[in-house]
Amino acid sequence: MEWNFDPFSNNSFNHYGNNPINASHSAGGIIQRTQSPKVWGGTTLGVVYQDGVMLAADTLGSWGQLARYRKEERLYPVGNFTAIAYAGDMSDFQYTKHMLDSLMIKEYYINDDHVLSTPHVYEYLSRVMYHRRTKMDPLWNTFIVGGYNNGERFLGYVDLLGTTYQSSAISTGLGAYYAQPILRKAVEGREGLLTEAEAIELLNSCMRVLFYRDCKVINSIQRAKVTAAGVEITEPYSVSSEWGFGEGVRGFGSQKQ
Amino acid sequence: METELGLKPGEIGLGTTLVAVGFDGGVIIGADSRTSMGGAYVVNRVTDKLTYVSDRIYCCRSGSAADTQAVANLVTYYLQLYAIQHGEEPPVRVAAALFQELCYKNKEMLSAGIICAGWDKYAGGSVYGIPIGGSLHKLPYATAGSGSTYLYGYLDTAFRPNMTKEETIELVKTAIALAIGRDGSSGGCIRLAVITEDGVERHFIPGDQVPVLGI
Repeated sequence: MEWNFDPFSNNSFNHYGNNPINASHSAGGIIQRTQSPKVWGGTTLGVVYQDGVMLAADTLGSWGQLARYRKEERLYPVGNFTAIAYAGDMSDFQYTKHMLDSLMIKEYYINDDHVLSTPHVYEYLSRVMYHRRTKMDPLWNTFIVGGYNNGERFLGYVDLLGTTYQSSAISTGLGAYYAQPILRKAVEGREGLLTEAEAIELLNSCMRVLFYRDCKVINSIQRAKVTAAGVEITEPYSVSSEWGFGEGVRGFGSQKQ
Repeated sequence: METELGLKPGEIGLGTTLVAVGFDGGVIIGADSRTSMGGAYVVNRVTDKLTYVSDRIYCCRSGSAADTQAVANLVTYYLQLYAIQHGEEPPVRVAAALFQELCYKNKEMLSAGIICAGWDKYAGGSVYGIPIGGSLHKLPYATAGSGSTYLYGYLDTAFRPNMTKEETIELVKTAIALAIGRDGSSGGCIRLAVITEDGVERHFIPGDQVPVLGI
């Protein structure tokens, strides 16, 4: 795991092996079409529960280590029965939002009473992501796509490489390390049984862990739930956190004062 | 600092401090006046970084001088076309969307950090940030450029919504002065523009009258 989380110098963010900042030094000054991500959305979580699916993310757009934009919505509805949560570059997410809105409108204007359901939206997005990856010009994002259509729950992952998978509990970024084990323990084997209150408590406690342990998570989070009633996204809210035990801590070893 | 802004060797940069703050009745934008090259030489010490794009919409430019001038010229052109086609002044959100389109679609080739702010009859005063990368952020206040790092703490404490024009002028002026004091790539004079329904009122604080704050 790369401990250098600076997206500008960390090679695990430089999958394509070149950085346009150095383009003028590369062969003939030709600019390669990959990117460095700039405004960065961090970890996102998604779980399947009794009534549908639930997604969570904080509301931060980071600029390197700077918490630059602190009230950004990282959850977005696509039609009435799908929601996406994004991580990665914010400008590419804004482009994706526009692209998916256009898609839903164009499908609507065919006027045949068919509405793209979550698996369709997911497939479309995955194809776009893989296509851009093949052109060496990715949408630098990791998406969680969740939805509820005619009794069927859907939760899927797609990223900048076009990698896809579906699972009953998904987390991205550092959440994949901190939150995924907690989510799995609570969800796997009990997919249809988790109540809404349990799902909320689960996501809140995972976001709390991430707020404690991830430098690029702030205590301002949103949840989206997708059920038979449609997509509902909460206003940003904070979770409680425990700090009192720190008052008695002294030094780092044997210091008592 | 240059590499961070993506400047090519020898390219002229606007290492800069930009601030835009909405208030009750419009927006106030402010900038320093230094254009630098190589992090050492001051190419222009009286630059005007507050760039007209339409009668009630200005942009503040940081990053590459050439890139931001080219983008601003294009947006000015498109807004002129908009005004003719629609028979009215363009709203600020249209100008901001145009900036986004250009900055996002050409993201690998540009180093442009832009704040677009102004007044229109639909939304009153609006401030939009378009950082490098081409994302769009509508904000109550924005800061950009190399000097902006020194201002997050100040603006987070000093800003209040719906301040008066005079209070906001003081806020912007103090912010730029603070950043000039600490950022080598920012300096010279402070330029302000107050944009309201009634027009654009320019203010100029010469370099020798910029407040020297702190130790």
